[in-house]
Amino acid sequence: MSARPLLRRVAARLATSILVAWGSVTTAFVALHALPGKIEDILAGDLEYPGLREAIAAEWGLDRSLPEQYVDFVARIASCDFGVSYVLRQPVVEIVGSQVWPTVQLAAAAGALALVLAVLAATLTAGRGPLARGVASTVELVCASAPVFWIGILLLMAFSFTLRWFPVSGAQNWKSLVLPAVALALPTAGLLAQVLREAMEKTLEQPFIVTARARGLGETLIRVRHVLRHAALPAVTLGGWMIGGLLGGAVITEKVFGRPGLGAVTLNAVLTHDVPVVLAVVLLAAFIHVAASTLLDVVYLAIDPRLRAQ
Amino acid sequence: MTDTLLDARIAAAEAPARRRAGLGHALRQSAPLAAAAFIAVLAAVAIAPELFTRADPLAEDVMAALKAPGAEHLFGTDRLGRDVFARVVHGAQYSLAIGLGSAAISVVFGVALGLLAGLRSRLLDEAICRLFDVISSFPGVLLAMLVVTFLGAGMENIAVAVGVAGIPKFGRVVRAQTQLVRDADYVTHAVIYGRSRLATFAAHLLPNVLTAIPVVGTVYVGTTILAVSGLSFLGLGPQPPTPEWGVMLAESRDVLRVAWWPSVFPGAAITLTVISFTVLGNALQRRFEGRTS
Repeated sequence: MSARPLLRRVAARLATSILVAWGSVTTAFVALHALPGKIEDILAGDLEYPGLREAIAAEWGLDRSLPEQYVDFVARIASCDFGVSYVLRQPVVEIVGSQVWPTVQLAAAAGALALVLAVLAATLTAGRGPLARGVASTVELVCASAPVFWIGILLLMAFSFTLRWFPVSGAQNWKSLVLPAVALALPTAGLLAQVLREAMEKTLEQPFIVTARARGLGETLIRVRHVLRHAALPAVTLGGWMIGGLLGGAVITEKVFGRPGLGAVTLNAVLTHDVPVVLAVVLLAAFIHVAASTLLDVVYLAIDPRLRAQ
Repeated sequence: MTDTLLDARIAAAEAPARRRAGLGHALRQSAPLAAAAFIAVLAAVAIAPELFTRADPLAEDVMAALKAPGAEHLFGTDRLGRDVFARVVHGAQYSLAIGLGSAAISVVFGVALGLLAGLRSRLLDEAICRLFDVISSFPGVLLAMLVVTFLGAGMENIAVAVGVAGIPKFGRVVRAQTQLVRDADYVTHAVIYGRSRLATFAAHLLPNVLTAIPVVGTVYVGTTILAVSGLSFLGLGPQPPTPEWGVMLAESRDVLRVAWWPSVFPGAAITLTVISFTVLGNALQRRFEGRTS
């Protein structure tokens, strides 16, 4: 099979992602203009100081026609210019940029932990006796159904207030990252483990596993090298959804643990009607989500030979 | 010959996995019933909370603040001396109403767009699919935050936000189902026998497309209740002193050092509700798949 169809599919996937990213920017623009009231009032929120309206009109080009404003808006976002926060009187990029690191740290730590937990749970329990499966699927169901902030509160209660192992809030060192990362990881791990185990149980019934057993391979080797590799493929497609969920969940987790980060910035912006900041965070999250799922889909295409053959 | 041998060996390898009886089997049979019962009780609690508790969920009594669970207060009292049991009982209506309301928004728009995409031109199909992609590219929590920035905090607004975020979920299911049914023999036969397009649509297509909705919807209501509680926890939904479960948890965070009961009970209520919808929905799904395959 030549590489042509693969390249074409990758190109098609990239084009779709650009289309979706452009669509999300357009949606934001339409939403801003479709809202009742003048756009100056929406952007100004509850603020009122001399020169504010003039500054808004100049920055958003409000004296020009709507199509011109739209082109300008798309061009600005494309060059990573999210405008100025009129509440904090600071460029939005600076505000978001200074707070993005703790959130990325939290989401990445939680994502890695969720992955490890899910793989462990699925590999150890797939196709085992009814007791192991029953216990594992119950734990997964509870993890996937419990709100992330409740898990956080329970962890705080047990490990910060009772055992005093971890700090109650803040983001000073690795110790303050442990509980938030666990709280954020558990719901994702629960869902991921469910999907992964189902895929593994289907794989365990495949003829090539029988062949591997017939060759005298040990159970652990079969599970890790043959079953997990095969079952991980469908789970890869969940990656995009996982990243979106982790970003959204990070906002809530940060509030439970009083961590600085995008969550605090966004929540504050929502409460003070700081539209440029909220818009920037939402668009940024959408871009990250789209980029990540595109990357995963391309990886998926590249590593699964069955898709290439079609 | 080799195939027969292989098949036999596969069957032998599968046998231990198939032999699942006893406790696990009994659990799988009874769990959906328990879930349905829990949801029925929850619905009763939401409709008539006064039947389940005589205490006023809003009555403050500073002298009785942070009393541990006991005979007088089943779930204890919170920081302002309000009865936690009464608040949990009265909270059911908010979670159910917002959860069902937003699921209804997702279903109505998802079904309409999914049918359009599945029936009409390729171009429209493509456009609607990309619209679904755009909507699902926004993480739900952040999309809701944007809606609240524009429209303000409140129950209706977060229901709208969560509802919009769920449109692609139903839209994609309905689109796939429509395309499947559209090409089915019985639809072709109806057309050959000269039934009008509208009649074919109403009598054959629509009922078959819509059977998937309650199945997907039941699990989905659990998801929306989870999302809504998170938004309320952030302070974007109903405002204090409303006895909404997410709001209660946000308030309980401050007294965590001294009291566990104001946070454990509302959280357990959310979790049990979500579990019940998930278990019931999955059971419906298994039945549904068993029937169609």
